Amino acid sequence: MGGFLKSSIARKFAMALSELFLVFFLLQHFTINFTSVFGPGLFNQWSHFMGTNFFVQFLLQPVLILGVVFHFIMGFVLEYNNRQARPVKYKKFNGSANTTWMSRNMIWTGLVVLAFLGLHFYDFWFPEIAHKYMEVNPDDPSRYYPELVAKFQDPWRVILYVISFVFLSLHLLHGFSSSFQSVGWHSKNKEGIRKSTVAFSIIIPLGFIFIALFHYINNV
Amino acid sequence: MKLTLKIWRQKNAEAKGKFVDYQIDGVDGDMSFLEMLDVLNEQLVAKGEDTVEFDHDCREGICGSCSLQINGEPHGPEKLVATCQLHMRSFKDGDTIVIEPFRAKAFPVIKDLVVDRSSFDRIQQSWGYISVNTSGNTIDANTIPVEKEKADASFNAATCIGCGACVAACKNASAMLFTSAKVSQYALLPQGRVEATERVKAMVRQMDEEGFGNCTNTGACEIECPKGISLENIARMNREFLSATTKS
Repeated sequence: MGGFLKSSIARKFAMALSELFLVFFLLQHFTINFTSVFGPGLFNQWSHFMGTNFFVQFLLQPVLILGVVFHFIMGFVLEYNNRQARPVKYKKFNGSANTTWMSRNMIWTGLVVLAFLGLHFYDFWFPEIAHKYMEVNPDDPSRYYPELVAKFQDPWRVILYVISFVFLSLHLLHGFSSSFQSVGWHSKNKEGIRKSTVAFSIIIPLGFIFIALFHYINNV
Repeated sequence: MKLTLKIWRQKNAEAKGKFVDYQIDGVDGDMSFLEMLDVLNEQLVAKGEDTVEFDHDCREGICGSCSLQINGEPHGPEKLVATCQLHMRSFKDGDTIVIEPFRAKAFPVIKDLVVDRSSFDRIQQSWGYISVNTSGNTIDANTIPVEKEKADASFNAATCIGCGACVAACKNASAMLFTSAKVSQYALLPQGRVEATERVKAMVRQMDEEGFGNCTNTGACEIECPKGISLENIARMNREFLSATTKS
């Protein structure tokens, strides 16, 4: 595996696979979160399943964490290599003439998403792990919805979440379609794939923003 | 037309370079960019100054010799043309034009605007060919039928002139478009399939060893390529490489 990852193409391939995996996770996360808009019932039910199911907790969760860590580390490694490849910069570089802002700034949008993950883990994941595995509290399938609503009562947290999802959208707008190219995918319906990835990259983060604003406004 | 040129001057590979400003008058819109530099050099010769060094040869867009980063874009602001085909009518009277060499670790500056692009030659030498017995009994290539779609795609890839604009335009100084065009032109033809596995591995290995950056699919290379080499070639090379890796 180490030898395989020495090649620039293999690194991009691995990066793209982790990207596609994280995109799939994002869709699943959004679907469950969106049920909270309709009340506590379904959201609590799904959250309890995800939080207590052995397969999810001890197989999918470690794979997800590994995927996230790999994506960020490989992102930094590639960025470092790319900067080394042009030691003397141009005095004038007209990047906007031939590329999108998103494609040129993946490292920066990615860093904002990384910072957001820190906040998100602090808000939800660390308290959840502590609740289940450290404090050893009794099983309460109805606690998830009130915990979610309580977090979105702080306007600053809501603002930070909204900003982060805008950056996530910018990151996905290039990253999602780019991953198809990196795995060597070629389809005659290239434009259809591009439009689908653009739609996903806008709709899903917008949906997350809607959920955060919904719970804030609903409880003001 | 009167122009101000900000040109990168560097005595040799080891020297520290700097931008020098030149005023040039009487530039005709029908001049090519290289002819405008010729006029500047004649003025410098008349003044007894060192001329500005730049690469050029055929001056008709097929040799890939001319380079130059002009106002932040390789081969200047026009699309699908090399610097030699760029005409001064693309600029306005009073414009300031910044002229730099192609910048990449794998393209070190030799002097002024001339860079060493032999890294491309080494990629080509690593396996950018097919092994054919040419001792007199060569079989005519046309005896092997090739689907038109594949033949066209192969010929399109083969139009790459190896100028290096893809590397110059890429924010990562990646040579994926060049290498993928060379891999594709053979991979699409039955004559090239025989050594396809070894070829893609050798050419990608050489590309990585030369110190080019990684492709992040920004698409700048495709847009700035004077021959319009498509990004589809990069996707094809990725497939070829990944498939070749599983065969070893």
